Amino acid sequence: MHQDEGFPVSRRGVIAGGVASATLVAAPAAAQAQTQGTAQSAPPTMPVTLKVNGRTTKINVDTRTTLLDALRENLKLTGTKKGCDHGQCGACTVIVEGRRINSCLTLAVMHEGEEITTIEGLGTPEKLHAMQAAFVKHDGYQCGYCTPGQICSAVATLGEIKAGIPSHVTGDISAQPTVTTDELRERMSGNICRCGAYANIIDAIHDVAGTERSA
Amino acid sequence: MKAFTYERATSAKEAASAAVRTPGAKFIAGGTNLLDLMKLQIETPQHLIDVNGLGLDKITPTADGGLRVGALVRNTDLAADARVRKDYGVLSRALVSGASGQLRNKATTAGNLLQRTRCPYFYDTTKPCNKRQPGSGCAAIGGFNRNLAVMGTSDACIATHPSDMAVAMRVLDATVETVNAASQTRAIPIADFHRLPGATPNIETSLAHGELITAVTLPKPIGGTHIYQKVRDRASYAFALISVAAVIQPGGRGRLAFGGLAHKPWRVESAEAQMPNGAKATASAVLAGARTTSQNAFKLPLVERTIGAVFEEAKA
Ligand SMILES: Cc1cc2nc3c(=O)[nH]c(=O)nc-3n(C[C@H](O)[C@H](O)[C@H](O)COP(=O)(O)OP(=O)(O)OC[C@H]3O[C@@H](n4cnc5c(N)ncnc54)[C@H](O)[C@@H]3O)c2cc1C
Ligand code: SF4
Ligand code: FES
Ligand code: FES
Repeated sequence: MHQDEGFPVSRRGVIAGGVASATLVAAPAAAQAQTQGTAQSAPPTMPVTLKVNGRTTKINVDTRTTLLDALRENLKLTGTKKGCDHGQCGACTVIVEGRRINSCLTLAVMHEGEEITTIEGLGTPEKLHAMQAAFVKHDGYQCGYCTPGQICSAVATLGEIKAGIPSHVTGDISAQPTVTTDELRERMSGNICRCGAYANIIDAIHDVAGTERSA
Repeated sequence: MKAFTYERATSAKEAASAAVRTPGAKFIAGGTNLLDLMKLQIETPQHLIDVNGLGLDKITPTADGGLRVGALVRNTDLAADARVRKDYGVLSRALVSGASGQLRNKATTAGNLLQRTRCPYFYDTTKPCNKRQPGSGCAAIGGFNRNLAVMGTSDACIATHPSDMAVAMRVLDATVETVNAASQTRAIPIADFHRLPGATPNIETSLAHGELITAVTLPKPIGGTHIYQKVRDRASYAFALISVAAVIQPGGRGRLAFGGLAHKPWRVESAEAQMPNGAKATASAVLAGARTTSQNAFKLPLVERTIGAVFEEAKA
């Protein structure tokens, strides 16, 4: 276990928030939350133990801290991105207890002791996860901003199909779903790509699943 | 976000007691609606009671052959449950038509029922909204109201309830089970759970302050063909313009409930007698008393056509 550097009001933090927010809603809110913390009576904080990519870290956070902000600001795991901060884009997708979630719409303190996997935990530059390698091979990105979320989501999507979880396009809701292009498109709809790399993303996921694109 | 204190409840009674004891307290389950609204300071709880540790995450058979769905069962797990897929297909279909895979992994049964409207002015804190700030007026009446309600509206509010799951539960005649701080339990028929806006659109359900939802029960299966037809602006990851939850029996009789029409899942039981007479007769019975605006009047023909499509699908 190691102790982090706390949750300082850093200029970089505020700027990073501003650059990252597609909607512009998040930036003033984040800045306000941080200044409030220093100016008036101190806001409530709580200790929480996060198990991220196999490493356990105990941090003390303002209760308002989302899992996304804890990963990026406290643990300095900046692979996970902030797009909308409102559950609308999927850039913040991480895998918690084996399930993909939007880390922007959950609080860090709600994940005491849970297994969290971020893009940094799936693979490393030296040893890429099969999905990371497939995204490279198929050009599954342009700017790369949505990519960590897309890859975490894609890995979990194949798991969800395998686990028999139905989707909106599953023909027979009682049958085992299969990896089709329609299924992948529907299941990946929570991940928006502003560069429109969708076709190549679908190719990358098909490659990992060992299936063929249909249309 | 406004600052708040946070606790993890370990029993339903403890959670309900904490909710009445602590000023400005709210339960948090998946957090996917509450935190969204807290970031915009539309919700400003001073204390959050995390109910994820209450053990209310199981789906169990009931004595009369139905299912009891724990309040904390995730939308993904409810949609994927083999019994739900087999006997309550309309519910599985409604669930997977909503939100995204990531959101459904977090969203809970109770949280989904209690999600708040997507009226754009409810989200815009610079605009009047009787639901957000009682007495301030309604910016949607006379504003951008293309996706707002046409049934059961009032002069105070024309918002819709955005849930898909709740529409399926309405067609299945589900019951919402609750407990309060005094350990009293209630079973509220889904028809009486959500309210129409009237003069107090800020009061959305029949829940009392601090009352905790423990489960939703589904009556024993009624058979039939189960269909959930959702019409929206894009094919995925969008709220409904209108939706139809249908259970259709051989011969064309059955049940219909509608999303996107009202402040609650909309069902007109008396209109269901018209089902064997076709979509036009059924739609006009369902939509009796509709109040439209120039922007949302399209919902009326859309309901008729979607009922028609559902009837065709049931025959196929
Ligand atoms: C981008 C986006 C798209 C979406 N699209 C759709 C869609 O197409 N269709 C759809 O139906 N939904 C959609 N949703 C909404 C989503 O379904 C809801 O956010 C979710 O179901 C809420 O559940 P939760 O557990 O996260 O609730 P929370 O956010 O945790 O809670 C919601 C409310 O319920 C209360 N509450 C929670 N549990 C209990 C309990 N046990 N007893 C009493 N009160 C309780 C909380 O206090 C809070 O007021 C979308 C959401 C987003 C962000
Ligand atoms: S329709 Fe209801 S929610 Fe929308 S602005 Fe009017 S009062 Fe508010
Ligand atoms: S940052 Fe967009 S969904 Fe979380
Ligand atoms: S690669 Fe640029 S947003 Fe997806």
